[in-house]
Amino acid sequence: MEIFNHNSNIHFLRIRVFSVAIAVVLMVASVALLATKGLNYALDFTGGVSLVVDYAQPVQTGDVHDALDKGGIENPVVQSVGGSREVSIRMQPTKAMLDAKGQVDLDKVSGTVMGALKAARSDATLKSRSSVSAEVGAELKSDGMVAAVFVMLGIMAYLWIRFERRFAIAAVLTEIHDTLVTLGILALTGREFDMTVLASVLAVIGYSINDKVVVFDRIRELFRLARKAEPEEILNRSINSTLSRTIITSLFTGITMAALFFFGGPAVHNFAITMLIGILVGTLSSIFVASPILLWLGVSKKDLMPTTKENPELARRP
Amino acid sequence: MSDFPRWKYALVALAMLFGIFYALPNAFPPLKAVQVSANQGSAPADDALRQKVADALVKGHVATTGLELQGDHLLATFANADVQKNGADAIKALLGDGYTVAFKLQSSVPRWLAAIHANSMPLGLDLQGGVHFLMQVDQSGVLDKLENSYADDIRGQLRDKNIRYESVTRSTVAGQGIVVVLRSEADRSGAADLIAGNSPDLAVTDGPSTGDRFVLYAALKPTKLRDISLGTIKQNLATLRNRINNLGVSEPLIQQQGEDHIVVELAGVQDPAEAKKMIGATATLEYRPGIGYPGDPRAVEAAQSGSIPPDANLYYTSNGHVPVLVGKRPIVTGDQLVDASSGVDQSNGTPSVNVTLNASGAAKMQEFTNNNVGKPMAVLLINTVYETSTVDGKEVRTPKTDTKVINDATIQSPFGKEFSTNGLGSPKEASDLALLLKSGALAAPMDIVEENVIGPSLGQENITKGFDSVMLGLALVLLAAAIYYKLFGLVADIALFFNLLILVAVMSLIGVTLTMPGIAGIVLTLGMAIDANVLICERVREELRNGSTPHAAIHAGYDKAWATILDANVTHLIAALALMTMGTGAIRGFGVTLGIGILTSMFTSVVMTHAFTALIHGRRKLKTLSV
Repeated sequence: MEIFNHNSNIHFLRIRVFSVAIAVVLMVASVALLATKGLNYALDFTGGVSLVVDYAQPVQTGDVHDALDKGGIENPVVQSVGGSREVSIRMQPTKAMLDAKGQVDLDKVSGTVMGALKAARSDATLKSRSSVSAEVGAELKSDGMVAAVFVMLGIMAYLWIRFERRFAIAAVLTEIHDTLVTLGILALTGREFDMTVLASVLAVIGYSINDKVVVFDRIRELFRLARKAEPEEILNRSINSTLSRTIITSLFTGITMAALFFFGGPAVHNFAITMLIGILVGTLSSIFVASPILLWLGVSKKDLMPTTKENPELARRP
Repeated sequence: MSDFPRWKYALVALAMLFGIFYALPNAFPPLKAVQVSANQGSAPADDALRQKVADALVKGHVATTGLELQGDHLLATFANADVQKNGADAIKALLGDGYTVAFKLQSSVPRWLAAIHANSMPLGLDLQGGVHFLMQVDQSGVLDKLENSYADDIRGQLRDKNIRYESVTRSTVAGQGIVVVLRSEADRSGAADLIAGNSPDLAVTDGPSTGDRFVLYAALKPTKLRDISLGTIKQNLATLRNRINNLGVSEPLIQQQGEDHIVVELAGVQDPAEAKKMIGATATLEYRPGIGYPGDPRAVEAAQSGSIPPDANLYYTSNGHVPVLVGKRPIVTGDQLVDASSGVDQSNGTPSVNVTLNASGAAKMQEFTNNNVGKPMAVLLINTVYETSTVDGKEVRTPKTDTKVINDATIQSPFGKEFSTNGLGSPKEASDLALLLKSGALAAPMDIVEENVIGPSLGQENITKGFDSVMLGLALVLLAAAIYYKLFGLVADIALFFNLLILVAVMSLIGVTLTMPGIAGIVLTLGMAIDANVLICERVREELRNGSTPHAAIHAGYDKAWATILDANVTHLIAALALMTMGTGAIRGFGVTLGIGILTSMFTSVVMTHAFTALIHGRRKLKTLSV
């Protein structure tokens, strides 16, 4: 069975100005979104208290919000998780929730909140509660940034050694694009950004580099095989001959993430959706963005000929 | 057979066996149990106790799935976490303080599996419910205490050698240590030699000299500072373990996270208040010489006038708020205390607390009590409270200490290693004091910066959902691969299934704690592991299209795809490594899963599928390939 015509020769690079322009616009829009709207940081990052409450009968988040308002709890963030009967409530602790020492007392938190909720609907039951201090959240943010930079530098170093400078730069530029656009979409949709989403964003970097490396590998191979190597022609052929693999792998990974999204429950909901966004962005950028950058950086046949000293096995190949 | 070497077949077979046997224990979920063991002084658990507990459970309508004696303790198993909690409550009510009643997860893995060290993965809190605390250790107090004691030492040494000094104080600038002001250049060099000679941990440097003020700085060396910091965390961990053991939670997780954080996870506990009281108590203990008694005229006058003698601190007693003057230097601190137990004093029949000190504490106590018989000695409990205030729009947490005198007694005779405090108000007071003393003092105060309570039903739900999504993800990929790549797809499917088994087996063997993010990592690994097979299959198809014979196509397909698979996986592994280095447990769990998954998938999707492909196609003449 084949979905894609193996003789396909779509001229992806002909639209390179157009496709890269879109990528740049998306990146700028993402940065603007992140700067203005920002990410909807979850408790892990903002600090505060959060509760998960179950209802016996379906409930509207608006009603929960109203009930909390009546109970004197200001600015709670109410979101429904996993269907219509479960909500997560996030807020900064009020005076009534602190103990004598000024620390958050979870018993008081649940007392205050459940009191307000039960006054409106008696079928509410508490499922879990947690409190995180602001410092821990700030630390997590900086840890996440460090990890992301570490990944990019590590990947760049590896590609620099295994391939060539231009491949490393093209890969990292595309990686930055993928990460920013994924974050931008998260900001746009207002999806909650929690610890699992951070893990997911870092995993997206890993996934999308996988995609690029496969194309780059083919580019290197074709350059070495070709007698007369016209870079644009080679790059285009590489994208086309790996196209089937790029899309099939994305579909397979997408299937598993969809399974996680629909059946994994609220704990991994955001993880799965972030991964799905990342897979989409990463796949598109592998096809439309990475190679044009490589072409502009001026990749050529002589840069890729193996030197006997480095890898004797490769030199023996035709 | 084709060109596939024999040893690789053997390797593949071994890996498959390894996967099957070491993943198997996870099919036996641990039983929710309650363990009852006798405390010191109570009769050991026996058949009579078993009967008593059984009757109590029947009376309380709590259904057990098993109740048996195991060595010196009694183990009751229950169907689920809710029943387990009811059972524990009923047993606690029955037995009182004489026995420790602890939640336990009883392994149900068959013995022959346990014999080959095949165990199931421990479950994270999000999969079994419990409480999670993250605590920050504040080390500034330790430094304060140490520098103060060095400053005292320096004063004493200077006096002994008759070196005249103007002042010995702690610097207000952090990191500068102790500032010694002397009268002459000669005195300064003399003092520098003296301090450097007596205290090798101090680095002595000359400060500015103006007129007749010659300044000398004595600061702790960086290596010493690091040692202190390590020691502080270590002692806090040990103290926490002690305190949590008193709570009766089995298999608690207590570990350092990052430089100055400690994570505590108590599976099965649903009421954080009690746990918090025990572990969150940021109390430190000090024995200090008393100056007079609580409420004596000097103390009352000092409290009223505010003029406190220079060698004393004014504190109040914890019961009754009576002023009392105590000396400034501690004799013994809580970290030197080994054991404390409550009882009744033999001589006068009043409730008492018996205390045992370690060697260094005993020496100090002996020296002090030898010279101070008939004088008072006070026990101070120092609580640290964090106050959050807003300065310049930023939240600032400032530690504030609250010191109370919890006991003040007269030294009746010299003592050292063991002594008892009697004349306490009630047996309850004695046992409270003993508990406070015994649970040990923390080397440095900590405060809870993160707290999380996960209900048991949520844990069960997460397990079910996690299992469902792994199975569904697997099934969908298996199906899609079989349809798209036919026979090669089926081979890839077998490899993918074994990849799951081997991944779980490796995680179980290493003892990775399974969490929800970890399950997400497993699902993601399944989706990405198939990538290598996609690469191989696409290559084989390509070779066939280019006119290669089936055997040549297989050979070239694996050969050419390998370089790509290696590059793609190494870069992916770099990302997984970054996730592993993240301090936070949940993300690290995900990273570890992903990392192991990448390694196992490289084996299963390349070596294992190649073995199967070679086995199926062998050296038969092939006209076509089913790919």
